[in-house]
Amino acid sequence: MSARRIFAQPARYAAIAPYVWMVLFFLVPFGFVLKISLSQTAIAQPPYVPVFDFAEGWAAIKAAFAQLSLDNFRLLVSDNLYISSYLRSLVVAVTSTLILLLIGYPIAYGMARLPQRWQAIAMMLVIVPFWTSFLIRIYAWINILQHDGLLNKVLLALHLVSSPVVWLSTDTAMYIGIVYSYLPFMILPLYATLARMDPSLLEAASDLGASPGRAFWLVTFPLSLPGVGAGALLCFIPIVGEFVIPDLLAGSGSMMIGQTLWLEFFTNKDWPVAAAAAVALLMLLVPPLLLYDRLQRRQLGGAG
Amino acid sequence: MAGKVNRLSPFNITALALGMAFLYLPIVILVIYSFNASRLVTVWGGWSLRWYYEFFNDRAMLDAAWMSLRVAAVSATIATLLGTLAAVGLVRGERFRGRSLLSGMLYAPLVMPEVISGLSLLLLFVALNAERGFWTVTIAHTTLTMCFVTVVVQSRLASLDRSLEEAAMDLGCDPVQAFLSVTLPLIIPAIAAGWMLAFTLSLDDVVIASFTTGPGSSTLPIRIYSEVRLGVKPEINAICTMVIVLIAVVIVIASLASKLSSSKAESAAPL
Repeated sequence: MSARRIFAQPARYAAIAPYVWMVLFFLVPFGFVLKISLSQTAIAQPPYVPVFDFAEGWAAIKAAFAQLSLDNFRLLVSDNLYISSYLRSLVVAVTSTLILLLIGYPIAYGMARLPQRWQAIAMMLVIVPFWTSFLIRIYAWINILQHDGLLNKVLLALHLVSSPVVWLSTDTAMYIGIVYSYLPFMILPLYATLARMDPSLLEAASDLGASPGRAFWLVTFPLSLPGVGAGALLCFIPIVGEFVIPDLLAGSGSMMIGQTLWLEFFTNKDWPVAAAAAVALLMLLVPPLLLYDRLQRRQLGGAG
Repeated sequence: MAGKVNRLSPFNITALALGMAFLYLPIVILVIYSFNASRLVTVWGGWSLRWYYEFFNDRAMLDAAWMSLRVAAVSATIATLLGTLAAVGLVRGERFRGRSLLSGMLYAPLVMPEVISGLSLLLLFVALNAERGFWTVTIAHTTLTMCFVTVVVQSRLASLDRSLEEAAMDLGCDPVQAFLSVTLPLIIPAIAAGWMLAFTLSLDDVVIASFTTGPGSSTLPIRIYSEVRLGVKPEINAICTMVIVLIAVVIVIASLASKLSSSKAESAAPL
C-alpha cells in the first residue's frame, strides 16, 4: 500500500512534459482559431485583421478585442454554400456509418467465432491495411474505378453491363472509398465486444429453446451495443470532416464541410471564414465526441 | 454444446472471406500494376521495372520522399517519448489535478477531423511567426501521433501486474529503478509498436502536412496527392508499392521484436 503511494509520485511527474506539449500544440491553437474566426478578412500576410502584437502591450490587445466581430459566423448561417455543405457532411457521415455497420458487423462476428489462434491472425489482417497508407488505398481504388479500369473490365467481360459505367467522380465511388478506409475502425471495437462475450450465454439461450437467429437478436446483438456505439462514433466523427476522399473520388458538385473549409482557406485565402467554419464544425462534433468519451470510459471501467 | 454454439457457420466464413478480399484486393492490384510496362495505367503491357527507374530519376519526388522519412523518424521518436510518459502518468500516477483534461486532449485528436487540427496548428505557427517547413510539420505530426502512442502503451501498462513493481520496491528499488528495470522491459513491445504506428501515420498524412508545411518543402503524400488530382500516373503505382513494402518491413520487424522480447520477458519473469 505504501509502496503504491510512493510510486504514484514520480509517475505523476511523468505526465508533465506531454501535458505541456498538448496544451501548447493542441489546446492553445484552438484559441487562435477562435480569435481569427472573430477577425476580419484582409488582403495581407497574414490575411486577417486585427493581429495581436504582444510586444505592444495590454492597450493593443484591448484595441484588438474591440475590433473582433461575429461577421464570419453571420456569413456562415446566411450563405447557402455553408449550410448545404454541413448538411451534406451529416448525410454522408450517417450513410457511411450505416453501411460500415452493415459490412463490419458480419466480419467482426465471424472473427469472434474463429478459434482463438485464428482470431489473433484475423485481427492482424484487419489492422495491416490501416497501417498501409490511406492515400495509397484511395489511389488503388481510383485505378479500379476509372473509366477503363478493372471494375468496368470485369463487368463487361461478365456481360453484366453493355458499356462502361461511370464510377469515378460519383457518390458511389466516394462511399466505396470512405467505407474502405474506415472499415478497420468499425471492425475493431465491434470485435472487441463480441470476443469478450461469454459463450455460455448463447448456450443458455439455446438450452431454453431459442433458435440461433433468435439468440443472436435477443442476446448477442443487445450485448454488442457498446461496441456498435463506439465503432459508429469512431467512424462518424472523422467522416464529417473528411476532405481527401470526397475530393479525389466524389464529383465536383456539392461539397462536404471539410472541402469547403479547405477551399476557403487555400483557394479563396479567406482565413477568418475558414476558421469560423472550423469552429462551427467543432461545435457540431462536441456532442458525439463527449458521447464517445463516455462510452470509452464506461468500457475501460468495465474492463478494470 | 459450446462447440456447437461457437461453430463457424457458412455465413461467418463468407463474411470473413469477402471482408478480407475487399480489404486486400485493391492493394494487390495496385502492386501488380506497378510492374506494368505500359504507359497507360489500365492496359497491361508486360512486366517491367520502368516506373521504379522513373521514380529514382524524379528529383522532386525523391526530395519529398526524403523529407517525409525525416519528418516521420523525428516525429515518431518524440511522439514515442512523450506518449509513453503520458501513458505512465495516466496509468501509474494517482489522480492529479487536470488528469481528465490531459486524457481528453489525448483522446480528441484520435477522432477529430484532420482539417481542424491542421488549420489550428497553422494559425498558431503563423501567430508565432514560425518559419514553416520541416520543424512545423514535425511538431504537428508529433502532436497527432503521440496520442496513438499513448493509447497503445496505456493499454499494455494497464494490463500489467502491478505487484511486479511492488515486489521490486520491497526488494529495495526506488520507484524509478523499479520502473526502469521491471516495467520498462515489459512494455517495450508496446512502445516499439507505438513508434511504428507513429512513423507510418506520419508517412501517410496529407491534410495536416499541407496546412503546416511551407513553400518548397512538401512531403511525399502531398506530392502524390497533387499528382493524383491531375490524373493517374503509372509512376505513382511504383511509389505506392515501395511505401507499402517499407511499411510491411517495419511491421514485420515490429512483430518479430515484440515476439522476441515477450518470450524473453516471460522466461525472465516466471513470477
